[in-house]
Amino acid sequence: MLGRLQSLGHWALGTFERLGRASTLLLSILAGLPGLLLRPRLLIQQTFSIGVLSLLIIVVSGWFVGMVLGFQLYNTLVDFGADASLGPVIALTLVRELGPVVTALLFAGRAGSALTAEIGLMKATEQLSGMEMMAVDPIKRVLAPRFLGGVISMPLLAAIFSIVGVYGGYFVGVGLLGVDKGSYWAQMQSMVDFHDDVLNGIIKSVVFGVVATWIAVFEGYDAVPTSEGVSRATTRTVVHTSLAVLGLDFVLTALMYGVS
Amino acid sequence: MTTPLVEIRDLHFARGSRPIFDGIDLDIHRGKITAIMGPSGTGKTTLLKLIGGQLRPQSGRVTVDGRNVHTLRHGELYELRKRMGMLFQSGALLTDLDVYENVAFPLREHTDLPEPMIRDLVLMKLEAVGLRGARNLMTNELSGGMARRVALARAIALDPMMIMYDEPFTGQDPISMGVLVKLIRSLNDALGLTSIIVSHDVQETAAISDYIYLLSGGKVVAHGSPEELEHSSSEWAQQFLQGLADGPVPFHYRAVPYADDLLAGRETGGAR
Repeated sequence: MLGRLQSLGHWALGTFERLGRASTLLLSILAGLPGLLLRPRLLIQQTFSIGVLSLLIIVVSGWFVGMVLGFQLYNTLVDFGADASLGPVIALTLVRELGPVVTALLFAGRAGSALTAEIGLMKATEQLSGMEMMAVDPIKRVLAPRFLGGVISMPLLAAIFSIVGVYGGYFVGVGLLGVDKGSYWAQMQSMVDFHDDVLNGIIKSVVFGVVATWIAVFEGYDAVPTSEGVSRATTRTVVHTSLAVLGLDFVLTALMYGVS
Repeated sequence: MTTPLVEIRDLHFARGSRPIFDGIDLDIHRGKITAIMGPSGTGKTTLLKLIGGQLRPQSGRVTVDGRNVHTLRHGELYELRKRMGMLFQSGALLTDLDVYENVAFPLREHTDLPEPMIRDLVLMKLEAVGLRGARNLMTNELSGGMARRVALARAIALDPMMIMYDEPFTGQDPISMGVLVKLIRSLNDALGLTSIIVSHDVQETAAISDYIYLLSGGKVVAHGSPEELEHSSSEWAQQFLQGLADGPVPFHYRAVPYADDLLAGRETGGAR
């Protein structure tokens, strides 16, 4: 019994210590952001490799999710004679929920894991230490541009996911199942509100962007500098980001739509 | 006599509960090559990290060029590091850049020099290590010895006052070892550097150093010029320089007596 209590205490202390280290790292990264304005090339490079190179998986997933939504929602709506509402229902599902959440989950797998592995290996091969001895702060030179690149990329990727999804739904609903083209778009236009739906979706994806990139960068920087350590850190990035995104999505949804 | 470039006084450092340095005093004199030698695990690399301010000691003082490294603010420490080069055992080259860009890296980070001047400087530093022709290679195309020479070119890019070499000869074939030995000595003399070499390659290091400190068990056990140490009566010095298995440095890691250890297995049923 005492042993269990002890290991629980150890676990709690370890967790809080890591949280503390992660928070200090985030503060140092934030302090390094203004300096990035003078070196836009670093930021563009990272936004390219984190954002642009993730486009393919985001576009393909968005298209398929949109098509599946088209089939599923049509089947339900048609029973109530409401198939003309297919457009707004697909759009709301994507903009409010699936866009930000699925993009963040895909982002963790595609870009987050790559960030962790890259930074972890740089640590293991003494590149970060070498930079420090060259009087170059790795937090400002390596971590800050990657962090900001991720935070910028996430809302853009989520927006692209939602747009492509809406067209996927259109392809199935209007193209294959015969929903009226005019009502697909017109109802979407009248029922999707910019403030309640689009803006809330953007807020979600910005929050997910900060959290996902923060976790990825921290896990890499904090990794045990061995091959096993980097592999564990990469796994942790994907698992922790996914859990954090799902948890935060619940909290944000409750705050945004739960209490009226 | 001028003041030493690096002064270490009563330095104590421990990793967790394991003490690494137990009150050491060292002086690194300007313009000289000073070797710090000792068996593996005596904290030689740790000492370099303490001098470079990457680690903090529990007590004691490390002064570089008259400034106490561990009381400096972040910005001041980084200013000081611009004048300290360090050659890591692995080379620590940036793997996403080619040889040219690796050497140009500190110049681009710390100066606003125009591109033609950066090119000239990079080519001069690469010429000094004999790798001007390899400037377009990526780091994964370099042999171990070449990587260390590129790292050396990068370390001297900002014309530092001192260079710290971490095990520069480990895992090198005789030719690249000879090249590195010659390079370290000639760069030190030609550029007026101060060099600190951490190594356990006795012959090579002794051949080029002006002064040697021998570390063991967290203390300086012997020091002097290579000739003095060769004729020293210190058992430590003799054991280390001649590579003897028996002597003050024990072959066995600390353990309970052998017979007790073997008999204990029967009582505990084989538990480790």
